[in-house]
Amino acid sequence: MPDQITLRVARYRPEQEEAPTFDEYDVPLREDWVVLDGLNYIKDELDGTLSYRWSCRMGICGSCGAMVNGEPKLMCATFLTAYAPGPIRIDPLANFPVIRDLVVELTDFMTKLGMVKPWLIRDEEQPVEDGEYLQTPAQLDEYKQFSMCINCMLCYSACPVYGLDTKFLGPAAIALAQRYNLDSRDDGGHERLTVLSQPEGVWGCTYVGECSRACPKGVDPAGAIQRYKLTAATAAVKSLLMPWGQR
Amino acid sequence: MSSQLSSARLYKPKVPLLWWLSRRSYTMFVLRELSSVFVAWTVVYLLLLIRAVSRGPAEYQRFLHWAASPWLIVLNAVALAFVLLHAITFVNLTPQAMAVRVRGRRVPGRLLAGSLYLTLLLVSAFLAWLVVG
Repeated sequence: MPDQITLRVARYRPEQEEAPTFDEYDVPLREDWVVLDGLNYIKDELDGTLSYRWSCRMGICGSCGAMVNGEPKLMCATFLTAYAPGPIRIDPLANFPVIRDLVVELTDFMTKLGMVKPWLIRDEEQPVEDGEYLQTPAQLDEYKQFSMCINCMLCYSACPVYGLDTKFLGPAAIALAQRYNLDSRDDGGHERLTVLSQPEGVWGCTYVGECSRACPKGVDPAGAIQRYKLTAATAAVKSLLMPWGQR
Repeated sequence: MSSQLSSARLYKPKVPLLWWLSRRSYTMFVLRELSSVFVAWTVVYLLLLIRAVSRGPAEYQRFLHWAASPWLIVLNAVALAFVLLHAITFVNLTPQAMAVRVRGRRVPGRLLAGSLYLTLLLVSAFLAWLVVG
């Protein structure tokens, strides 16, 4: 095994260039080093101007997403040795505007996340003295996998529909809406229906499935979206047959 | 924060024209989108057949003669391939869209898709028997 590997890192410095360029750095190729360790080495030892996001280093915070050799990956969970002898190309997450180097602009997702109301909505709050809202393991299983989403945006990067039209609500926002829709303690399904059943909601998805393949946490956004299509279609038929019925 | 970002010069990457050739799943996605055109053609073709049948034997024979022209056979062969792609996508998607439970247990996706493929096969065999047998 060689003792060094080359990282070709996309650089975008808006004050001095119109479009990204690439800088090459040789970093130590160690068995226990992930791509993020390589970038930290560059930042500490070779070029302090390189910008990228990271925090937890253990696949929980969802900050360090980037394109590694064209694939959306968490840099903290992608080992350098998997790409030896290199070089490894590192680009910012695809489908997002780039602020600087590997840092992308995520306001669009943050707005969409708020639109799907990712919190428990209750018709009536139970008095505190009545205790917790109990749930059986089976009820927990209904939504648990969708609650694993860490908002890392790899699914948006993998989704060609979002790449072509950013109006699409996108995989993570829909999966997170389903996380609450499928929660037995939640009564907010009808409030999320308006946003999710729009053409830019679940109907924008054409089942490419790359979002589920890209997800580092085993969430299945494609499954959440297809499942919600059935919910939205059923709700549409119900409202057509019973326009004055209770929603 | 947002005003700072809006004043910053963001780089917005453009999607290349042949982006859909970069990955097999993207190519399949575009082919599936295209399949809707062939599904529509199949419906039109069936409606034309029904119209010919309803207008009597002479019109039906004319339809058969037209249907046997080489370009139409090629078109229909391509249409069949796309309709099959459409159907396979639909069947494979069903287990993800439906969480079917029997006695509290979720039916495995493979069983659900398998039963749909079996139904598709049985209906096709029945239709083949009806036409050929």
